[in-house]
Amino acid sequence: MNWRKIRIIAWKDILEVRQNKSVLISMVMVPLIIMVVLPAVMLVVVNTTGSADALNDPDIQMMFERIPPSIAQMLGNLNDAQLSVAMILGFLFAPMFLIMPLMLSSSIAAESFAGERERKTLEALLYTAATDTELFIGKALAAFVPAVLVSLVSFIVYTVVLNVGGYPLFGYVWFPLDTWYPLVFWVMPAFSALGVGATVLISAKVQTFMGAYQASGSLVILVLGLVVGQASGLIYLSVWVGMILGFVVWLAAGVLFFLAIQQFNRKTLLYQSAH
Amino acid sequence: MEKIIEVSRLQHKYGDFQAIQELSFDVQQGEVFGLLGPNGAGKTTTVRLLNGMFEASGGSISVMGFDPMKSGEKIREKAGVLTETPALYERLTARQNLRFFGVLAGMDDQQIERRSDELLEMFDLSPRADDRAGTFSKGMKQRLALSRAWLTNPKLLFLDEPTSGLDPEAAAQVRELIADVRQKEGTTVLICTHNLDEAQRLCDRLLIMRQGSTLAIGTLSELRKLVSPGMWLEVQLLSPFEKMDQIRAIAGVLSLDVHSLQEVKIEVDSEAAIPQVVSGLVALGALILRLQPQEIPLEQVYLQLQNSNHKSNNGHNGGTK
Repeated sequence: MNWRKIRIIAWKDILEVRQNKSVLISMVMVPLIIMVVLPAVMLVVVNTTGSADALNDPDIQMMFERIPPSIAQMLGNLNDAQLSVAMILGFLFAPMFLIMPLMLSSSIAAESFAGERERKTLEALLYTAATDTELFIGKALAAFVPAVLVSLVSFIVYTVVLNVGGYPLFGYVWFPLDTWYPLVFWVMPAFSALGVGATVLISAKVQTFMGAYQASGSLVILVLGLVVGQASGLIYLSVWVGMILGFVVWLAAGVLFFLAIQQFNRKTLLYQSAH
Repeated sequence: MEKIIEVSRLQHKYGDFQAIQELSFDVQQGEVFGLLGPNGAGKTTTVRLLNGMFEASGGSISVMGFDPMKSGEKIREKAGVLTETPALYERLTARQNLRFFGVLAGMDDQQIERRSDELLEMFDLSPRADDRAGTFSKGMKQRLALSRAWLTNPKLLFLDEPTSGLDPEAAAQVRELIADVRQKEGTTVLICTHNLDEAQRLCDRLLIMRQGSTLAIGTLSELRKLVSPGMWLEVQLLSPFEKMDQIRAIAGVLSLDVHSLQEVKIEVDSEAAIPQVVSGLVALGALILRLQPQEIPLEQVYLQLQNSNHKSNNGHNGGTK
């Protein structure tokens, strides 16, 4: 395996993504809305009213009632307003953070695989001396690395927003909570890999970037499931739940990658293009 | 002369559809070999098979000594390919496009830089080297795609419809470049085309394909002989000539096509017969105003071969199959 070839394939795809406005906008807007605008609005509301009443919602009340003992212990010393903010921005928002790696890796992978066919550049690429494995790894890395990096940067920005915005309320650096570490360093890369694997598989079947992007977008349902699970008190992203969730997603990503590699050979790709 | 491509009884199927059947030909080092045929004749499929992109369902192929089914990667490293569309990365500059394909071909950075400068200069793209390929005209894109195909100094170059979609001026420029660069670098070139004018200008030998099989193969003059064994002379006479029938008796004359008493086309068996025909006409009292040998254009050869249902079995070289 030639890493120089893999690097140039990834470099080319990332360079193309940087110049593709639709992908670039989603790379900026999604993190901006989820990780900056929404938490900032909430913090402004709480800081302005200075009361948890502003967040008086039956769903949140149900969450409070069903907090597992380990998490209750972590949040034991907080007053009502602090508890509301910690529950919503520290727990309820956690699955929202996972939307980013999924969406970003899917959009870049769709651009990279199906986009290549759409722009009729696939055949020239397949005529090169790069092996099928080098092509696959180069393209997968081009989607995986930016998705992970942007998610990490978003996490840092989120941390800053929560601590700066939450300072009047908490008076100290309260975020990140312990539950976020497995989420950021274990579950988030797994979701990025899942997004890439699924999109590569879908890209082999559809002819256009939008087709691949839309089909792989259905993965967001997984994340919404987590949001609902937490809101209903069915599941909490504690450290252990995060570790297990990460393991399951990595496993699923591994299976998708295995299937994708089976499909990713120039003969199949060219045959599909020819028909 | 060394054979750079050898194809014997090649077969390929797309599902149940037999795309290539019993195709046999060889390409000598340094020659420009043309694959001619209508859309769907199997030209592009043949190029893909030669590069190991598809697996043949029968027959054997050797390209530069490699079997594409086992060593397609080695062939792709040593050969250059121009696909039917320029297939450039439009968001990358001309230089970035060349760098990308150079690295994938296994060239080092210095080689890529030196060769890119050389080719961009040769293909008149130097002033736009750092502009995005997406801002180029069709002709410029095709020239950049040709530079990419020539980047590795390939021993063998595959060109699939190199002037397709270009305006006449750009097409002529591309044709001129192919001829020039081929002469300078001694590259063996295999061209797929249905542009007969282009094939006539560029190719040393031609393979005419129909429905995935060989219709005829040979040099242009060999192919001409398949549709007409001799050559034609167009004769204009100063005054009406009544003894047209007697022309047939002149040695070397095969047939006549009388247009009027002052205009006649005479088919002779070879170029050597022309002086005899001239002296024969003079001896018969004809006053020759103009006599012009006429070569059958490739278009006529091609159309007659494609339209004929008759297939003889005269072997592959210089004959129909």
